[in-house]
Amino acid sequence: MKIGVLGLQGAYREHMQCLGKLGIDTMDVRYNQDLKHINGLIIPGGESTVISKLAQKNLLFDAIRQKGLLNFPIWGTCAGLILLASEIEDNSVEPLKLMKIKVRRNAFGRQKHSFVTKIKLSGFAAQEEFPGVFIRAPQIISIGDGVEVLARYQKNIVACKQGNLLATSFHPELTSDLLFHQIFLNIVQRSMVTSLAG
Amino acid sequence: MAETVAEKGTWTVKKGLAEMLKGGVIMDVTTPEQAKIAEEAGACAVMALERVPADIRAAGGVARMADPSIILRIMDAVTIPVMAKARIGHFVEAQILEALGVDYIDESEVLTPADEQHHIDKHAFKVPFVCGARNLGEALRRIAEGAAMIRTKGEPGTGNVVEAVRHMRMVMGEIRRVQNMPKEELMSVAKEMGAPYELLLEVANTGRLPVVNFAAGGIATPADAALMMQLGCDGIFVGSGIFKSKDPKARAKAIVAATTHYNDPKILAEISKDLGEAMPGLEIATISPEQRMQDRGW
Repeated sequence: MKIGVLGLQGAYREHMQCLGKLGIDTMDVRYNQDLKHINGLIIPGGESTVISKLAQKNLLFDAIRQKGLLNFPIWGTCAGLILLASEIEDNSVEPLKLMKIKVRRNAFGRQKHSFVTKIKLSGFAAQEEFPGVFIRAPQIISIGDGVEVLARYQKNIVACKQGNLLATSFHPELTSDLLFHQIFLNIVQRSMVTSLAG
Repeated sequence: MAETVAEKGTWTVKKGLAEMLKGGVIMDVTTPEQAKIAEEAGACAVMALERVPADIRAAGGVARMADPSIILRIMDAVTIPVMAKARIGHFVEAQILEALGVDYIDESEVLTPADEQHHIDKHAFKVPFVCGARNLGEALRRIAEGAAMIRTKGEPGTGNVVEAVRHMRMVMGEIRRVQNMPKEELMSVAKEMGAPYELLLEVANTGRLPVVNFAAGGIATPADAALMMQLGCDGIFVGSGIFKSKDPKARAKAIVAATTHYNDPKILAEISKDLGEAMPGLEIATISPEQRMQDRGW
């Protein structure tokens, strides 16, 4: 199994380090052809405006979208979640339109409102809480059919899943808790088994 | 059930924002229009200023924090993070910038220092700080004071990358040196460098600075940006290099692309075409010692 981390801009190294701790092979993805060599893709935190523009410029944008439509496992954290959305409230970013979620950018405010807290998991894991690092974080303001809520902070949905797509508005890669990396690896594992069987 | 506590201004979120800026370009802007051009071109953040370093250098006199109304207008114009500069040691300018709600403060040698002995106690703030450094000792002193991001000083406003290269090579070289040292030698190196021992120990163990390290000071072309990335920095500050060039839009886009594809000479060749004239450059030897900005701070 090999996991790609979109390496155009942002905190891709941190995701690779987390996966390294789990003994997983990684590569940073910058071009279309890189997608052929991976079984799942992480779109990291960074500036969503920048990542979207750079991806559109080198055709990676459409290639990722095509893969996503075919249920290829993709996990977006923070800026990555914004990219996975089907709608951005202020239309300031061109998203991939893969997940039925509507997103508000910088929803908690500027950097002075960035925060660390414990978020509540929806009962899918042995642990009940997860350390949530929110940095100028987006909020999921509505979800469509087939989107499963995985975690909330207060009333806000901060993690969800739709098929093989996973989205978190916080940064598990900045903590030592590898739960969400493990969840994503399980999704990838299952999708590899399914595609073998098919 | 009790509401969970949200902790703000922690080291994790200060350092974390810098991690999110990695692989990106932070551009100096002086108006909301320039800020929009920068955002549109793919800047990961902007630095709100009254004048870019080349103009500060030309004007002479005392350079201070920008007028808050300029900073606020720029904050309103874009959705990406906005940084602003305070004078070295001027903790009240920093308090004002924090009150304005800027996302990062640059305690910067581009402005005239307010204190020739002491930098700001950056731990006292919730807003994160970036500081300039010419070598490992200086970088670790700033981190010990609370800087959550480091950049090379270079020689601002010159369009000449030579000093940024010198400072990046110095920091990376010193990191490699301490990495290969037996532990018992680190204390005397810490003394020599004026570096806090615990931080030096961390660098020796991990082989990298404890915070993100950008290049700044004299970057004027896509090739300059890629050079700094290949030398090992995490991202790029461009001061005068964009809005002092003939075609800021094209140059801004090209520098963003060069920072991402820094390892691909074919792409670099393509994006370097037809950018118009770069900003006028300054030979470092023609700058008198008292006008060298990099010697400000310690």
